[in-house]
Amino acid sequence: MKAAVLVFPGSNCDRDLAVAFRSVGADVHMVWHKDTALPDGVDIVGVPGGFSYGDYLRCGAIAAQSPIMRAVAVHAGRGGYVLGICNGFQVLCETRLLPGALMRNAGLKFVCRMQALRVATVDSVFTAAYAAGQQIMVPLAHHDGNYVIDDAGLAVLQAQDRIAFSYVGNPNGAMADIAGVLSENRRVLGMMPHPERVVDAAHGGTDGMALFSGLTAALVAA
Amino acid sequence: MRATVTVMLKQGVLDPQGEAVRHALGSLGFDGVQGVRQGKVIELDLADGATKADVTAMCEKLLANTVIESYRVEMGA
Repeated sequence: MKAAVLVFPGSNCDRDLAVAFRSVGADVHMVWHKDTALPDGVDIVGVPGGFSYGDYLRCGAIAAQSPIMRAVAVHAGRGGYVLGICNGFQVLCETRLLPGALMRNAGLKFVCRMQALRVATVDSVFTAAYAAGQQIMVPLAHHDGNYVIDDAGLAVLQAQDRIAFSYVGNPNGAMADIAGVLSENRRVLGMMPHPERVVDAAHGGTDGMALFSGLTAALVAA
Repeated sequence: MRATVTVMLKQGVLDPQGEAVRHALGSLGFDGVQGVRQGKVIELDLADGATKADVTAMCEKLLANTVIESYRVEMGA
């Protein structure tokens, strides 16, 4: 499995995400935001957490217009896999690779803590290694994770089983407790919690491991 | 040529920051504030000849997220 991890000015989870990909045997390439092409043969693009461009204008808005994101849109358009975490989820919404938007947390405070999630669908390479309905503990660290989508869009997500993870106890006001959503082809996942921070018991948990091991299981043959 | 873009959350989108400001005004004794919505104003200095259509394109592409925000463009001197 060949993975690319994007690096924007202000990204701060890029190395963690690279470590998580490497822990399941991926060949990882760091890709700078000004690059205009992904390395040849990339299976999955990781869009990391952080504060790209200082969260100026709106979280993820300026990163969404960077040269590398045009290449990511082409990659996704031809069926490539993309994983956006936290700020990466905001970037994917701003590029419209995923529906909806992430607004300021309803409580207005930055939320930084372990959070219980429910695996809402196992029908994706990202969630296939979990049990349906499994509850996992994953860290949150965000100020703008309040997922918003219009009623019609929410109905589509629910009808197509595209809610990947939901919060057990809503931390930020997100509609329908949504913590992560899939694209229509189920190959693009955006989520606010940080699975890459729980892939090593020494860091306090391993509940994120199944996401990365599931990816390898599906993509190594590819 | 100057243009002023006002970006607001769409009607119907809950504005947590505006709500917090409304509560704060109430606790300061300003009664009767029934709603507060917070947005942003972006001033653009443009080369002569720029049109409202140009600024609208900027709003659609970057300045507003039209999933949740609406915008208004005013062209000045």
